[in-house]
Formats: sequence, C-alpha cells, structure tokens
Amino acid sequence: MSQTIVLVGTRKGLFVIESKNRKKWEVRGPLCESWPIYHAVFDKDSGTIYAAAASEWLGSSVWRSSDLGETWEQSSEGLTYGDDSELKLSKISSLSAGHGRLFVGAEANGIFKSSDGGKTFSLVTTLDDQPGRDQWNDPANQPPGHLGISQTMQDPDDEKHWWAIVQGHSLFETTDDGKTWAPRNKGLRADWPLDNPEVGYCVHCLVRSPIDGSRMYQQNHVGMHRSDDQGLTWTEISDGLPSEFGFAAAVHPHDKDTFYVIPLDPGHGRTMPEGKAAVWRTKDAGSSWEKLDKGLPQEDAYLGVLRRGMTNDHEDAPGFYFGTSTGQVYASLDDGESWSEIAGYLPGISSVEVAVV
Amino acid sequence: MAEVFLPTPLLPLFPELTRRVEVDAATVGEAISQLNERWPGFRDRLVEAGPALRPHINVYVDKERAGLDTAVGTGSRVDVIAAISGG
Repeated sequence: MSQTIVLVGTRKGLFVIESKNRKKWEVRGPLCESWPIYHAVFDKDSGTIYAAAASEWLGSSVWRSSDLGETWEQSSEGLTYGDDSELKLSKISSLSAGHGRLFVGAEANGIFKSSDGGKTFSLVTTLDDQPGRDQWNDPANQPPGHLGISQTMQDPDDEKHWWAIVQGHSLFETTDDGKTWAPRNKGLRADWPLDNPEVGYCVHCLVRSPIDGSRMYQQNHVGMHRSDDQGLTWTEISDGLPSEFGFAAAVHPHDKDTFYVIPLDPGHGRTMPEGKAAVWRTKDAGSSWEKLDKGLPQEDAYLGVLRRGMTNDHEDAPGFYFGTSTGQVYASLDDGESWSEIAGYLPGISSVEVAVV
Repeated sequence: MAEVFLPTPLLPLFPELTRRVEVDAATVGEAISQLNERWPGFRDRLVEAGPALRPHINVYVDKERAGLDTAVGTGSRVDVIAAISGG
C-alpha cells in the first residue's frame, strides 16, 4: 500500500506528516536536531529525503535520510566558496533532486551539486557572467531573508536543462548543465527602475506543468504570470485576484490550465487579505480566478505562506498541501474545493513538499 | 593533553562524540583539526571560511577568550560555547 509523506521544513526542524489514505495523518518530528530547515525534498530515484539546514550556531549543512526520516546524517563537505573567496556562504536555502544529483542553492548566490547522495558537494556556478552579478551579492542590494538562489528546477527529460532564481533579481535558464546562462524575464513587470531591462525582476516561485513542459507559471513580487514557451516570454495574469503579491504557487498535475496561488497583502504583513484564509485557482490559464476557502479559517486568520510553502502530489485525484508561517498545514483532495488541517501547531513553516512512496 | 568541553548541540551530529574530549594540540585550530580527523565534518560546524570561528561560537582557553591561533598548553581547559542567541 502506498504512503503519502508531506515534508514540512520549519524554523525548528523538519516534520514528516504521513498517511496511508490521505485522510488520517500522523506527525513525526522535530527531525534534523531541530535545525532550521529552509527546504526539504524527496529524491524518488534514490528514496532519500534531503533537507537544507542553516543553523545560526553551526552553519549550513544538508541532512539526508534513506529510511524516510527514521535515521539521519548530515554533511557540508564542499559547501564553501573557499577561504580566499569574496563570497561567503551564509545559508543554503533551496534543493532540487533529479538525474542522480542534488542541487543546493546558497547565499551568497551560488549553486552546488552532490553526485554521491549528499555526502560531498562541489560548486557548479555563481552565474558570474550574468547581468546584475556585480550587484546581487552586495548586502545593500539583497532582499529580506537573504536566500540567495531561492529555487532551482530541473527538466526531468534533459539533465543539462534547468532553471535558477536569484532571489530579488531574476530567473535564469541553462541548457548546458550550468556552464552558460540566459535571463528569462521577458514580459515581466518591475515597479522599480531597472539598469538593464533583461534583469531585476523579483521572481518568487516558478512551477511547470508536468504534462506540458512549455507551460510555466510564476508568482512574482508584482503579479502572477504565465509562459507558454517554457519561460522565454511571460504574460501577466493577475486580473481578478485580491492582491498581485504572494509567494507560493502550484500547477495541477493533470491540467496545464489549472494553477493555484495564495495572494497575500504586499506590505509588511504579507498575510492573507482581511484575515480570511483562501487559495485562489484559475482553470483557464489565468483568464479568470476563483476563491477557494471552504474549510479554511475566515476570522482573524492572518496566515502567511512562503515561496516553497505549497505543493501537490501527482495521484489521479491529486492532493494539494500548504503550510503557514504560523505552523498550520492544510490539505485538499478535491482540487482545492475544500481544505482540512492536517497539522496545527508546528513551528513557522518554510517549505512543504510531498511524495507518494 | 588538553581537555576540550563541547556544546551539547554538537553531540548528536557525530557518533560517540562526548561532551569532554582530550587532544594533544598546540593551538585551538589544531585541536579542532584533530577532532575533525576523529569525527569528519566536525570542523565545519565550528569554523567558517576565512578560516574563522563561526560568529556564535565562542572558545575559551583557561577561561580567556580565544581564537583559532590561541595557544593550548598541556593541561589546558578549552571550553567551546554556543552563544546564547536567537529564539
């Protein structure tokens, strides 16, 4: 019988929420010695859970478990720019697993790779030749959070093809396994002056349809956007939403036109508008939006959801999951029509990922 | 031999590491390197690029604040303290 495991990265460790039927859930944790977990993923090829951790005291390290979180090891061997580099690694904040490797996004901006199951790491790139590179590691130019490379996304059909987000600066694409890069921000909006129109866009979260790789969506600092050409150009699809701001996004695994976001107030609060929790869905690629709030708190619910805070499984009736910065995890098994709380009192949540094993 | 007293958050990271360990080293940095040979990865937890002690890791040799180059004598007591910070 299959089991669904939801990996929840929090400020105080990793939690695993698991279920055999996606109705009755059990929580295990805190794991990884309660280190702050920025992102955790499941590598389906190796059956390994990886967690990107950054401790204020003991530095950054990648935790790994090959038995679904029962036992853990950690390593940071090679996760450094070196003693003589101008760059200093302050944290690791994003992971992606695929093609027998693990990518680790770091701040200062760089991407590391492990090809031995998370035991050792080597630097792939710091995107040195890209426009904006001379500015984005300057602390004065960094956005709050200082996540650095806030997301890498691999093409499951082409190991040399992947994308990376430099937090607060841009989306980039490589087709030669990280040797060269190109900005992919054409059509995005910036409500601030740009030195170079190719870069300077605040991409929060990128998702790609698993049934049509040319279809992508992104939640941006200013607006939701859709691409029909694999990120070469973008079209804004914010009309009809209560806020153009948010962090998290998910695309339906069986319908490329169905896409989910969680709009947030764009000011300092960055919580759900009017204290009413809701996920918003389009079923027509962004032409119209509907509010989905059944089962979610509607009074004094000032919930935030961060950029890795929403995900979905790929079952025939897919499950959607999101976690809040105040420690609740919600799940929906009916395409978002209704939601139920599967954990209520976890530490602040940084990331939610799911696997069916 | 010098005695090194380690903070408890380190102990679960390395099998059989104990709160008190003995080293035969001339400096704090050498002591940490010795422990890294016995428990690979140990150094990364206390030392960042530079090299330098991590910002919230404090080391004292015989009750005096120390750095990586501070001398360690026979019979010295080396305390590694994870600073009280965060929330």
